[in-house]
Amino acid sequence: MNEYIILSAILFSIGAIGVLVRRNALVVFMCVELMLNSCNLALVTFAKQHGNLDGQVAAFFVMVVAAAEVVIGLAIIMTIFRSRRSASVDDASLLKY
Amino acid sequence: MTVLYAALPSLTNLAGSEEVAKIPVVAPGAADGIFALMWLVIALPLLGAVILLVGGPLMKGRMESWGHLLATALPVGSFGISVAMLVSLLDRSEEERQVGQHLFTWFQTGSFEVGLDLLYDPLAALFLLLITGVGSLIHVYSIGYMEHDPRRRRFFGYLNLFVAAMLTLILAGNYVVMFLGWEGVGLASYLLIGFWQHKHSAAAASKKAFVINRVGDIGLALAIALLFVTFGTSSFAGISAASGEATESTLTVVGLLLLLGACGKSAQVPLQAWLLDAMEGPTPVSALIHAATMVTAGVYLVVRSNFIFERAPHAQTVVVIVAVVTLLWGAVIGCARDDIKKVLAGSTMSQIGYMMLAAGLGVAGYPFAIFHLLTHGFFKANMFLGAGSVMHAMDDDVNMRHYGALSKATPITFATFAMGYLAIIGFPGFSGFWSKDKIIETALAENWIVGLCALIGAGVTGFYMTRLMLMTFFTKKRWAQGVHPHESPAVMTGPLIALAALSVLGGVLLLGDWIVEFLAPVTGVASEHEPPLPAIVITLLAVGVVAIGVAAAWFLVGRHEVPREAPQDVSFAVRAARADLYGDAINDSLVVGPGKSLVGGLTTMDEHGVDGGVEGGASFMAGLSGRLRRVQNGFVRSYALSVLAGALLIVLALLVVNFS
Repeated sequence: MNEYIILSAILFSIGAIGVLVRRNALVVFMCVELMLNSCNLALVTFAKQHGNLDGQVAAFFVMVVAAAEVVIGLAIIMTIFRSRRSASVDDASLLKY
Repeated sequence: MTVLYAALPSLTNLAGSEEVAKIPVVAPGAADGIFALMWLVIALPLLGAVILLVGGPLMKGRMESWGHLLATALPVGSFGISVAMLVSLLDRSEEERQVGQHLFTWFQTGSFEVGLDLLYDPLAALFLLLITGVGSLIHVYSIGYMEHDPRRRRFFGYLNLFVAAMLTLILAGNYVVMFLGWEGVGLASYLLIGFWQHKHSAAAASKKAFVINRVGDIGLALAIALLFVTFGTSSFAGISAASGEATESTLTVVGLLLLLGACGKSAQVPLQAWLLDAMEGPTPVSALIHAATMVTAGVYLVVRSNFIFERAPHAQTVVVIVAVVTLLWGAVIGCARDDIKKVLAGSTMSQIGYMMLAAGLGVAGYPFAIFHLLTHGFFKANMFLGAGSVMHAMDDDVNMRHYGALSKATPITFATFAMGYLAIIGFPGFSGFWSKDKIIETALAENWIVGLCALIGAGVTGFYMTRLMLMTFFTKKRWAQGVHPHESPAVMTGPLIALAALSVLGGVLLLGDWIVEFLAPVTGVASEHEPPLPAIVITLLAVGVVAIGVAAAWFLVGRHEVPREAPQDVSFAVRAARADLYGDAINDSLVVGPGKSLVGGLTTMDEHGVDGGVEGGASFMAGLSGRLRRVQNGFVRSYALSVLAGALLIVLALLVVNFS
């Protein structure tokens, strides 16, 4: 089972680093999805390990939330791109001190 | 009443000491017959004050033509009732000459109940006649004196308020009601001293009088509180019945606190500084409040509280010391001032010192304190009104150096003033002669040093009053340009003549020791004291000392030309007397100066210490938040980093907790 957990950790780290270092909103978004899915992998692994369905149910919830999030997130990214001709997250930094 | 009867047996137990047994207990009977109208004596002038002060503005000037007449009629009504009550009091036997009237319960909290109680006894009877009688005459006089003042209605309203408060003070059956009257006269005095408030000096004088009186009032308030704690009641009846049960130290403290109150109201050293400035008020006010009635309230307080002072000999000693200092202090001031009203004010201080002295001497002195208070009320009111008449003639100039030779120009004023003059210096046969002589006699019998001081005071009185007479009515004319002295109208000279007659005849009260016997139910009967010298020798001595004072005034003032400007190259003593013996300077350095430094220090501490602390904390927090908000930089990725860092921290913390 350790392999699955290690894979999940690797995927999560890639996603996290991607969120931190990439500027393109779409890539950041994909990295977020990668993190979510690495979590799903971990959940399913644990479910298997414990021999019950709790983790799998949680994984389904995550998928549903991720789907809803994608819809809204992409819509926001589209709108920002239309008004600014840019999809860089650093450009959308007006809301500050 | 039940308190009283319960306490009576214990009082008789104390009769082992003879001195204590002689102190009469206040035990008023029911108010029936004419005495049922007692409350009306206060209510009439109070009604006048309400009508004039509240109704007057509502009537928009329609009261100006008759308001002062109403205000004069009401005290006259009170005088009528007072006379009727005295007549029926004289009908009664000596034991029944105390009448109490309970109007209603004023307030009650727990066991502390204060009723609006009135007490009418021989002491109150004499005061009532003095206040309503002299008060009515001064109201009449004021009709003429204030004729051209645009605010005459208000003046008469204040006068009525004063009379009502003073009568409350006198008729009170317990200390709390007396305190009500006490504060009421203080208020009226404040309003009337500052009546011409457009003058800065008058406004300042009224404030000074009010503030200094507050100091005394604290003493009285504390005394009342202490009496309540000790006896559980504030009524004269209850306290006089139970006063033998309290320890002497308690009664001494009460006596000293009462004396503090008396010093404030009666302008005794060390609270004397306000009285000379109080002369800024209209002259009828000076005559009524600051000579005849209010300033004698302190003497009344001491005599009324005889059941406390008789059992607190140390407090009595302090009363005598204060009195002797004041009677000399006031007399010295009177010698040097050129302002006619301030000379009379210094004289008032001095004469009240005499009364206080008699009151401090105990049972033997009480009747003479009241006797001198009455005669002084007559002759000093007479002279103050006379001074007002002179000022009227001299275009409101008060400087005696601008007077001279007025005996021809204002003959009636001169003649009546002369009666007052002869009375105050103690010319044989005049009222002041009888009253002052008795005080000196009693003082000599008690303590020869005190008696000697009283004798010297009499001589100095002769000096300064003769100086005043000479500078005002005799010597050469020193009038200012364009001043044409004229006699005052009949409405002003009428009261002068009446008061002059009283000044001459006031001595009849002493015929056959009438006043001593009349006051005996209140003050007690003195044990026979053998004076160190025969009475006739003391009398001759007193007259001789006064004659020396008069002669000195003649040689120093009467024989010379009086300069229009006060000479400046004078001795230290004269300079000190002109500065009221540095009374104000002492107050400034002892109270006002340290008070100002204290306030200054507190302000500095508040501004720099407290405000600095608060404002420093606030600006530190503001600076800190200014730095912290830089974290909100708008970059999503930095937020993500902080979220990640936070998550890692939590994970690390969990690991640490789990492994340890």
